[in-house]
Amino acid sequence: MTYDAHFRVWRGDQEGGDLVDYTVEVNEGEVVLDIIHRIQATQAGDLAVRWNCKAGKCGSCSAEVNGRPRLMCMTRMSTYAADETVTVTPLRAFPVTKDLVTDVSYNYAKARQIPAFAPPVGVAPGEYRMQQVDVERSQEFRKCIECFLCQDTCHVVRDHEDNKEAFAGPRFLIRAAELDMHPLDARDDRADFARDEQGIGMCNITKCCTEVCPEHIKITDNGIIPMKERVADRRYDPVRWLGRTITRRKA
Amino acid sequence: MTEMEHHDYDVLVIGAGGAGLRAAIAAREAGQSVAVICKSLFGKAHTVMAEGGIAASMGNVNSHDSWMVHFRDTMRGGKFLNSWRMAELHAKEAPDRVWELETYGALFDRTPDGKISQRNFGGHEYPRLAHVGDRTGLELIRTMQQKIVSLQQEDERDTGDPESRLRVYAEVTVTDLLCADDGAIAGAFAYSRELGRFIRFNAPAVILATGGIGKSFKVTSNSWEYTGDGHALALRAGSTLINMEFVQFHPTGMVWPPSVKGILVTESVRGDGGVLKNSEGKRFMFDYVPDVFRGQYAETEEEGDRWYTDPDHNKRPPELLPRDEVARAINSEVKAGRSSPHGGVFLDIASRRAPAEILKRLPSMHHQFKELADVDITTEPMEVGPTCHYVMGGVEVDPDTGAAARVPGLYAAGECSGGMHGSNRLGGNSLSDLLVFGNRAGAGAAAYVQSLGENRPQVSDAVVDAAAATALRPFELEGGENPYTLHQELQVTMNDLVGIIRKEAEIEEALTKIEQLKERAKHLSVEGHRQFNPGWHLALDLRNMLLVSECVARAALIRQESRGGHTRDDYPGMDPVWRQRLLVCSLAGDGDIKVEEELMPPMREDLALLFDRSELKKYLTPAELAAIPEKDPEKKEQS
Repeated sequence: MTYDAHFRVWRGDQEGGDLVDYTVEVNEGEVVLDIIHRIQATQAGDLAVRWNCKAGKCGSCSAEVNGRPRLMCMTRMSTYAADETVTVTPLRAFPVTKDLVTDVSYNYAKARQIPAFAPPVGVAPGEYRMQQVDVERSQEFRKCIECFLCQDTCHVVRDHEDNKEAFAGPRFLIRAAELDMHPLDARDDRADFARDEQGIGMCNITKCCTEVCPEHIKITDNGIIPMKERVADRRYDPVRWLGRTITRRKA
Repeated sequence: MTEMEHHDYDVLVIGAGGAGLRAAIAAREAGQSVAVICKSLFGKAHTVMAEGGIAASMGNVNSHDSWMVHFRDTMRGGKFLNSWRMAELHAKEAPDRVWELETYGALFDRTPDGKISQRNFGGHEYPRLAHVGDRTGLELIRTMQQKIVSLQQEDERDTGDPESRLRVYAEVTVTDLLCADDGAIAGAFAYSRELGRFIRFNAPAVILATGGIGKSFKVTSNSWEYTGDGHALALRAGSTLINMEFVQFHPTGMVWPPSVKGILVTESVRGDGGVLKNSEGKRFMFDYVPDVFRGQYAETEEEGDRWYTDPDHNKRPPELLPRDEVARAINSEVKAGRSSPHGGVFLDIASRRAPAEILKRLPSMHHQFKELADVDITTEPMEVGPTCHYVMGGVEVDPDTGAAARVPGLYAAGECSGGMHGSNRLGGNSLSDLLVFGNRAGAGAAAYVQSLGENRPQVSDAVVDAAAATALRPFELEGGENPYTLHQELQVTMNDLVGIIRKEAEIEEALTKIEQLKERAKHLSVEGHRQFNPGWHLALDLRNMLLVSECVARAALIRQESRGGHTRDDYPGMDPVWRQRLLVCSLAGDGDIKVEEELMPPMREDLALLFDRSELKKYLTPAELAAIPEKDPEKKEQS
């Protein structure tokens, strides 16, 4: 079944831009990224778009399709009626570079702030022992393909550029949770970091991030909420408070 | 002179997949300043597509495994055309490279006693692949990406600047290597995709880690990045490529819907119990066990099925033959009219494993088929067919250091290097290849830079200006050829004429077509400006694809036998005389590819003695066999 679809694609750069109309052929089984590629090959050779694997594994082709943050390679055209206009715009939370490509450097800056995995002292390579049930909790977060759709949709930063300084965003809160739950990570201050440096308190668990995650990671329920509980546990447990006060001079 | 950025480094790594990142870590840990250049964003490299696992003989699941068994399997998989030294280093060092990833924070699936779990795969005698569900490549990339970040954090503590010793240049493409007058590496010329700005990197050592060439074929599992950049850069710098006729067609790619044709279906589906059936419901692989593997695979379905639970007393099912065998078998079934509705065959795991187990072991396959094809693999069979997946051929390198032939300062690792996999790569041997030889190339390049001292090769400004002029040429012409059109024509040519089954007349036709395309590619035009312009990027990539495609076609025409990823309809047999010969491609002054034959060095005696004489006889010439002493019957084999 082949038909002509009406597409509106945002074209422009930092200076500004506008939606441009395209009429373009759609074939059975195609996804939005196929249509963007067809526009590129036949009507607009310089249309900028990121993509790599075209199988939902690399997280490159993030955009907003009819206002919803999505991977274009995993959005089938059959989601839309043949006479429906499909509007494709760049991720709103990040500055535009050109057309559908945005500057996502905020995410790489946040990634670099998180203290790295700390290998257990005295355990040689090859001697690591962990149970499957224990690694699975962190493995869920390591499924993340860094498409940054959760970062894009999170209302803490989506329309509040000034919050970016203090807030790391859902992707990096689950990175902290992943390290906190890693059975052999030698650090015990992951929750403190989430509170003091990542602004976990700014998240008010509306679960928008979980809704848009193409990997179906339960970002809020399995990552952010347990981390918030750890923060509460560590900050407000009287024994821990005493311990912290005594050891403070060491820091 | 054209306006451009300048940067100075000790070691330049081109490519940020598994090999590039591992090389960068090794060179940085050896004290060098390192730049990593990637065409995509950091962490998006094609390695994330690797699904099944990393082959390493840790022996966690079956303690009979050892480097010697892994070495044997690798040589068999490559039909003995492999560089035996690379296969040896690979088998010996893979376990350490995997264990090292755990110290960077990787979380592999576990055995009941808490070790790294290992799964079965085609051509591997024992369960050998360390894995994380079916997203092992993502784990490998993310782990090394995070290791690089941790090194940058160390540098920030020491110097105040996280990028003082190790910097990643994302969305930057190298178009030419810069060489001194004597031919030694002096740096590289690149442009930033985002702004179109030119960048001149000065560095005495360059490590190519650019991956494969699959984007020259129409049906492929490869992403847009796989345009043979490293292969072409090496040729233009004066180095050589070997084994370019060997291209792996993975037996199981998606065949429907058309827009996803070629996307990979992991071999783990078969490793975990999935079977291949034709339209008559027959498990046809039992009819396709070739002579060299007879006796090593089950002859009945019952025995094959028993093997999953009792591998010590049964032989493995023929669905787990090396990839070249399975791909050819599927091709034959389709040609014989026994295909599935969309021109593939059926891959069935639904009738063989419980839904919960399928979801646990193959989550991303379930997701992929559900989302892209409306198929629930826990209840229905998949439709699959061969897809261009991997190139065995690549830069001719020194096995121990990764140093490229003929060009001082040039190194290569991973898919863009040649030799390790011979005529066919086993599944799981790619990720381990990246780690083992990425590490070696990083160390090799670092040692070379240290040996230079202050005497670093310098490139003249004229060479740099020429590279800039070449990069800008597509903007000069109006009304010329559309790069997208040329690319599509090249893909069809390679797919149809130099694909899985080859014939002399068809390869010659392909070469004629490639010549025409090369001519037309001189008159490309692109619209728009230099800022993030995919049309321009493709125009520059096309130059590489054409060069590499010519290598594949020329070598394929010369090799008059069938072996691994090179099947000649007109020369169906494997010929021991051809096994001794490597086909070496270089770039002649007129821009054409020259192919010369080179003799393989004979296998070291202790390695040859790891095989039974009866097996060696299937691959070696009588003269080669005579040179190998009889095994000492007193000395019991260690493995």
